[in-house]
Amino acid sequence: MTNNNDASFFLDGEEIPFTPGQSILEASITHGSYIPHLCFNPKVSAHGSCRLCIVKIKDKITSACTTPASAQLKVESDIESIQQQRLRITQMLFVEGNHYCPTCEWSGNCQLQAIAYELGMTDNHYPMQYPKRHLDASHPDFILDHDRCIHCGLCERAGKELDHKALFSLSGRGINTWLAVQTGEEGQDEKLKHSDLKPEDNAAHICPTGALIPKKDLFQTPIGQRLYDNEMISSLGNCRPEDDT
Amino acid sequence: MSNTDAADKLRIATCSLAGCFGCHMSFLDMDETLVSLIEHIEFNRSPLTDIKEVKDCDIGLIEGGLCNTENVAVLREFRAQCKIIVAVGACAINGGVPALRNHLDVQDCLNEAFVEGIGVVDPQIPCDEELPKLLKQVIPLHEVVTVDYFLPGCPPPAEAFVEIVTALMEKRDARLPLKLRHFD
Repeated sequence: MTNNNDASFFLDGEEIPFTPGQSILEASITHGSYIPHLCFNPKVSAHGSCRLCIVKIKDKITSACTTPASAQLKVESDIESIQQQRLRITQMLFVEGNHYCPTCEWSGNCQLQAIAYELGMTDNHYPMQYPKRHLDASHPDFILDHDRCIHCGLCERAGKELDHKALFSLSGRGINTWLAVQTGEEGQDEKLKHSDLKPEDNAAHICPTGALIPKKDLFQTPIGQRLYDNEMISSLGNCRPEDDT
Repeated sequence: MSNTDAADKLRIATCSLAGCFGCHMSFLDMDETLVSLIEHIEFNRSPLTDIKEVKDCDIGLIEGGLCNTENVAVLREFRAQCKIIVAVGACAINGGVPALRNHLDVQDCLNEAFVEGIGVVDPQIPCDEELPKLLKQVIPLHEVVTVDYFLPGCPPPAEAFVEIVTALMEKRDARLPLKLRHFD
């Protein structure tokens, strides 16, 4: 008889063990198998919004981060049709923001850029949107550059679930979505300096792009030695320079 | 002496639109490789030759995005005269650094540069009819013409130029490993 701990599913033919309650993506990450993703981090609850972790199960396409793993499930991820959709999703993320890698402090360490490299992206395919957004450099320790925000909500969830405080929230809908800074006091403008964000907060170290980054010690690593300069995100995983792994 | 007849050589045209010529500098960074490459290619219109008109080319390498009406006219001319158009570098692909002005009103930019800016003498906005009009926004090449290949980077490394030209010469897809297709 098979107990729950021995339950497993198949990702592109590879057997992946899981524990009850784990999603397909969570179990795959635990096992060391890569499915592209941006809005998921094992430390916080799933959001299902970036759609990069889409997989094919019995001809249905679904997000791996919000689909519970179940025994003997056959999951297809690294197939051409899915990779092509992921490429188009990534290109949409690029044109919906203002992602200028040559001038970005986070270039080389950015998971959005790394996913683009992973998928072989060389162009944006779609017309640029050039949305009007602003840069918030008001905080003494962190820069919040809305141009680079992909509205994944990781900072919001990390604030609520790990730091137990309301720091950010996604406001508006669709193309008009923006990352609102929670200030806690009525009447104060949404500046990062008016929030309760502290350097030790998890929310300050979870952004997959260069949208929320520390002000100090940037450009310390030479080009060519940054996280994703030489290694694909499929082998390195979703990391930030301050991570141990 | 060349091993390839002039008629068999790939004709390449290049230009820099709203770019900084950094991509052209990087092209020249191929150093001595250019000596062997030149046996198989010849340059048509290019800042390297000073030929002003593009005519019957195999490849058009275009650096920079589109910031004014002349850029658009040159791009259309290249598209009409080149079998293959390659968007070279970040600016050609997404507008790049010049597109940072897209948040601003063009008239405000002109006022800041020529009228209200610090140290401006004899303030007036240039309006000679020979000067091309600025576009409302800086846009990438693929929004105006069909682009066949994209070479990302700021600039793309010299090896990437060698690979794409060689691949087109050999009629195969370019093989660009990770280090030849960085976005910065």
